[in-house]
Amino acid sequence: MRGGLRNAMPEQPANVRNKNFEEVTLGYTEAMAVDEAERCLNCPNPRCVEGCPVNVYIPQFIQAVASKNFAEAIEILKKKNSLPAVCGRVCPQEKQCESKCVLGIKGESVAIGRLERFVADYAREHGLDKKVETITPNGKKVAIVGSGPSGLTAAGDLAKLGYDVTVYEALHSAGGVLMYGIPEFRLPKEIVQYEISALKDLGVKIETNAIIGQTFTIEELMKEEGYGAVYIGTGAGLPHFMQIPGENLNGVYSANEFLTRVNLMKAYQFPKVATPVYIGKKVAVVGAGNVAMDAARTSKRLGAEHVYIVYRRGEEEMPARLEEIEHAKEEGIELRLLNNPVAIKGDDKGWVTGMECVEMELGEADASGRRSPVEKPNSNYILDVDMVVMSIGQGPNPLLKQTTPDLEVNKKGNIIADEVGATSIPGVFAGGDIVTGAATVISAMGAGKKAALAIDEYLK
Amino acid sequence: MAKILKKMILAPAVYEFVMEAPLVAKKCKPGQFIMIRVDENSERIPLTIGDFDREKGTINLVVQAVGNTTTHMCEDFEEGDDILDLLGPLGMPSEMEKFGTVVVVGGGIGVAPVYPIARAYHEMGNKVISIIGARNKDLVIWKDKMAAISDELIVTTDDGSEGHKGFVTDPLKAMLEKGDKIDLVLAIGPVIMMKNVAATTLPFGTKTTASLNTIMVDGTGMCGGCRVFVGGENKFACVDGPEFDAHKVDFPNLMQRQQMYKDQESEEYSCGGHCKCVED
Repeated sequence: MRGGLRNAMPEQPANVRNKNFEEVTLGYTEAMAVDEAERCLNCPNPRCVEGCPVNVYIPQFIQAVASKNFAEAIEILKKKNSLPAVCGRVCPQEKQCESKCVLGIKGESVAIGRLERFVADYAREHGLDKKVETITPNGKKVAIVGSGPSGLTAAGDLAKLGYDVTVYEALHSAGGVLMYGIPEFRLPKEIVQYEISALKDLGVKIETNAIIGQTFTIEELMKEEGYGAVYIGTGAGLPHFMQIPGENLNGVYSANEFLTRVNLMKAYQFPKVATPVYIGKKVAVVGAGNVAMDAARTSKRLGAEHVYIVYRRGEEEMPARLEEIEHAKEEGIELRLLNNPVAIKGDDKGWVTGMECVEMELGEADASGRRSPVEKPNSNYILDVDMVVMSIGQGPNPLLKQTTPDLEVNKKGNIIADEVGATSIPGVFAGGDIVTGAATVISAMGAGKKAALAIDEYLK
Repeated sequence: MAKILKKMILAPAVYEFVMEAPLVAKKCKPGQFIMIRVDENSERIPLTIGDFDREKGTINLVVQAVGNTTTHMCEDFEEGDDILDLLGPLGMPSEMEKFGTVVVVGGGIGVAPVYPIARAYHEMGNKVISIIGARNKDLVIWKDKMAAISDELIVTTDDGSEGHKGFVTDPLKAMLEKGDKIDLVLAIGPVIMMKNVAATTLPFGTKTTASLNTIMVDGTGMCGGCRVFVGGENKFACVDGPEFDAHKVDFPNLMQRQQMYKDQESEEYSCGGHCKCVED
């Protein structure tokens, strides 16, 4: 046990990585991982586990790393988490498991996320995770709608319990936001597909190009296709716009469209791949969440000279992970805080030529506890940009509700579900962003896990 | 995967593909569309369903080689080949009721998506008057199919090589001016044609719908690339449409948005206005 500071994560230098789509962080070496694992106190009452939405046996897997038993480490991890290489990269560990670590009180918490990633990567590279689970099929069918983190987690857990699980995905490849949303430089797509292939090894079937609500309705799945239960994990897919003048000009993207073109359709390889993407010289990304950081950093990599994050509050209020904000700044992303767009300006051909902003100042704290921004009078100015990415959040897709009238949704269109995911229709469960509104990968996975248990109870 | 069961040439650079797509054929309704990705490095593009056979489990797509993907599909894919991805049906179906007299207007390959809607109107007991237009007689498609489900069929060509010499809006305007009772006009074709049809019917207050062929990435409501101003509100053509009240659509904005990737390539599936089947 060496206490003190955690081992730093090796990274590509900022001025190199902001020109390529290779992964930013390089992962621990074996020596770094073992050294970091030795910092864990192996608390008898581990609070880190409570901080994890899927309750990974954290001290146990870390002890296995400390004793260089990596095969055991991956086995322990996978008992609770089907997507460890994904979670090790994109979970906000500093707000979850690591925030509870006793070492964090006086020094730095154990780098649990980095260790999780190390174990998953090591196991993949050394073929340690090929242990075949013995599953006794129970003959019951469950359909999962959406192949994002929530659906995949529910699918994996149900398959392990013996269910015959089919995941329906509207897009041409499985993974949901892990494929279309999170960029390659933060989450290599090969790794996502590898973790999905491990689920297929458990017997999970994935039907791409099948949109539930159109290709099949929920009712047809249950009455005609023989599914005893359905889990809806369709996520927050519908992009929001600000409803300000000029948003339909050419050169204005939703973050969803911009990132989908680049990530899912690989437009960064245009013209080798056919999907084009427009990139401006000066780009404004409106919003300050993780998606905004992804869009800004992607713009930079595609050759934009100036990339601004335009956000109406201050730096402390930015919802993105600190790590993402730091990475963005290092890569040359410029923050224009306390600025709010009021209109986008264009030329006579319909292309963006600038964005009118108004300066803001922080007033009283609002219901969320954040100080709410108010406009400074007469502070309007034109920010010189030729591309704008709106990254102000996403709402639920209306499609499933349209063809499933009995499914109760709230005013925003989110599905109403109880603690374990049960909806207004018996046998239909839901979880993740479609219930909570846009949140994190791991909370969606936590919901998938709870629902898998509830579905098992329901079908017993 | 979806197999190409049949490929026919309808006009220069215009092909009809009969695709094996039983799930889509089983569920699709007139007015809906599909998304395809022909192979690994291709774009996802929307194509409107031209015809379908529920029993055989097939759908018919009419594709004009204008963009990268459509040219690739028309030139490099033959009967027996598989299309990598086909998703559907997508979008809201056409509103179906007994309106009375319906005039359907199809420009260029826009005739294909008009066909199943017109057929359904006809089956519901509407009087269907079809106006189909093209640059010249070689580019007129599905004339016999349209004739079979229309009470009256009018063909227009720019050069007069077949039917009326002029634009699809000419006979429409004549009918309206004559005082013929028209309860609904449906227009599908190049944006400029739909814009002109809307402008023709507006003074007469005739209910007019247009099916918009916007740029899309996913086709399921996720990208917002298909957004279009309708009555001052932003709508997504993929989930709110593709049909909208043509009198409320901001066509100039739509035309500008269609040019977004002009420098990189053409993403449009229709003739994109190049057929000059209407007045500019």
